[in-house]
Amino acid sequence: MALPVDIEALDKAFSGIGVDEKSLISILTNSNEEHKISLRKGSSKLFIEDENGFERWDQSSIKILKHQFNRFRDAVVLSLLHPWERDARLIEKAIRKGPKHYNVIVEVACTRSSDQLLGARKAYHSLFHHSIEEHLTHIKGRERKLLVALVSAYRYEGTGVNEDVAKSEAQILYEAINNGDKNKLLDHEDAIMILATRSKQHLQALYRHYSQSYGKTLAQDLEGEGILKDTVECLCTPQTYFTRVLEAAVKEDADEESKRALTRVIVTQKEQLVQEGFVPNKIQDILLGLYKDFLLASIASGDIK
Amino acid sequence: MATLIAPEHTSAVEDAEKLQKACKGWGTDEKAIISVLGHRNAVQRKQIRLAYEDLYQEDLIKRLESELSGDFEKAVYRWILDPADRDAVLANVAIKKLSPDHHVIVEISCTRSPEELLAVRRAYQARYKHSLEEDVAAHTKGDTRKLLVALVSAFRYDGEEINTRVANSEAKILHEAVKDKEFNHEEIIRILSTRSKMQLMATFNRYRDDHGTTITKNLEGDSGDEFLKTLRPTIRCLNDPKKYFEKVLRNSIRRVGTDEDALTRVIVTRAEKDLKDVKELYYKRNSVPLDQAVAKDTTGDYKALLLTLLGKED
Repeated sequence: MALPVDIEALDKAFSGIGVDEKSLISILTNSNEEHKISLRKGSSKLFIEDENGFERWDQSSIKILKHQFNRFRDAVVLSLLHPWERDARLIEKAIRKGPKHYNVIVEVACTRSSDQLLGARKAYHSLFHHSIEEHLTHIKGRERKLLVALVSAYRYEGTGVNEDVAKSEAQILYEAINNGDKNKLLDHEDAIMILATRSKQHLQALYRHYSQSYGKTLAQDLEGEGILKDTVECLCTPQTYFTRVLEAAVKEDADEESKRALTRVIVTQKEQLVQEGFVPNKIQDILLGLYKDFLLASIASGDIK
Repeated sequence: MATLIAPEHTSAVEDAEKLQKACKGWGTDEKAIISVLGHRNAVQRKQIRLAYEDLYQEDLIKRLESELSGDFEKAVYRWILDPADRDAVLANVAIKKLSPDHHVIVEISCTRSPEELLAVRRAYQARYKHSLEEDVAAHTKGDTRKLLVALVSAFRYDGEEINTRVANSEAKILHEAVKDKEFNHEEIIRILSTRSKMQLMATFNRYRDDHGTTITKNLEGDSGDEFLKTLRPTIRCLNDPKKYFEKVLRNSIRRVGTDEDALTRVIVTRAEKDLKDVKELYYKRNSVPLDQAVAKDTTGDYKALLLTLLGKED
């Protein structure tokens, strides 16, 4: 008979993000066939009763387990890839997988430096024999224009902002959001031009003017506007965006895609996270095994140049 | 092929000294300036500038700017710059005009290689503290703006692969647009600004095969609206850049009063690239050698520099 504590431990080993490899080794290698029967019987999440009298592995659990075991691998690969290749692959996958993933395109296009984004575009040529812009053709939705514009940007990175222009462009955005048809925002040419061509410093000044002039932040006004909000956050307040993504990843009902963001954000942003004093308390409880070790160590060493 | 005649081995220091001598004292020895700079390629010109700075603690370009004037000065200034920097200057001049020269922006973004265009964008930022696309966006509007921003932002795939199915369907789209003059601007902009040059060639060829006439012929005539005026040079530059340059030269000379800006721009930017081929096209089209036409229409040191860049043996 397997001890209740073993059954609990088995469940727990798969119940976070990642897998508790050590626990699995100690439970399974110490179990004889009889123990395993009661392990299976006791583990309602993983096994169901088959009509032919055996405890059968639940199909959906296999898929979940596959994801769990792959997390460490994915973290390793993402960490090892040249940043240009890494970002090119992230974008290509996002295009392929559809609208729910477009925020990854926004994330890469807007949070990397101008030269990093250029590098990703070059890598994309080598890997996929097309430009990113060309592949974005496959997107039929209205997001396409914004996404093409964002990935094509080569933003000026120097200081010096024309505050008057920033203020007037804040007004243009305000009017687009509040006076116009909110559904048509993605078609608003001026708004897209501003977001896609202005430097980040300029946009951050614009963001400030917006709050001062209208009593709410640009991001608040874009609540519910999907990738438009993501765009503004990534460009103006990236730490807000990344915190939001990380928190969504560790929520109780987080789906697989949200969880994958954990790997992506921590591996690609570790230097920035450390700079902003990110403390992994919130997320570390739910992490397991080698995956947990990898992510926490990434953050710990994040300030190593 | 290039028309520039530049010796393989040169001494930047000697050249810098010659130039300094040419600028020293009263008056300027323009012939000497032409004989040196008119026979140096981009790498050599850069080395001369560095050597000059080193020897005389002065910026050669600034010196020349103060010594020279008129069309000659403009031409020397453009010639002596690094190609990417030059394109950035040309783009900025085009953008800042009261009525922006869209075709210059089109020319730069469509006839340079993807890597060259990236270099132009970097050079533009270094000089003007804005991105190229930012300034284009701020000085244009409507669908013309969309087209131009898309063109300057493009980083086209450089490879040889062609998808014939895509060429077919996009040739159709372009034909629909051209035929109905109901230009579906979104689709045209998408195709022209994102496809690789090889893919576009395949599309244009397909267009010609399907409709018995080239797409540029179908666009001829009517001045049309702003978008059309920008669309034409776009397609021309992407379809056959040398033919496009021949036309610009032809028009610049033909005008009552030569269009020196255009003349200088084409000769200076193509002398190290394909000006020889353009010259051949010019002769075929006009039965007059380009050198002769230029000599007839220009004078003085400006003429001498242009002819030198056109490959005139000293």
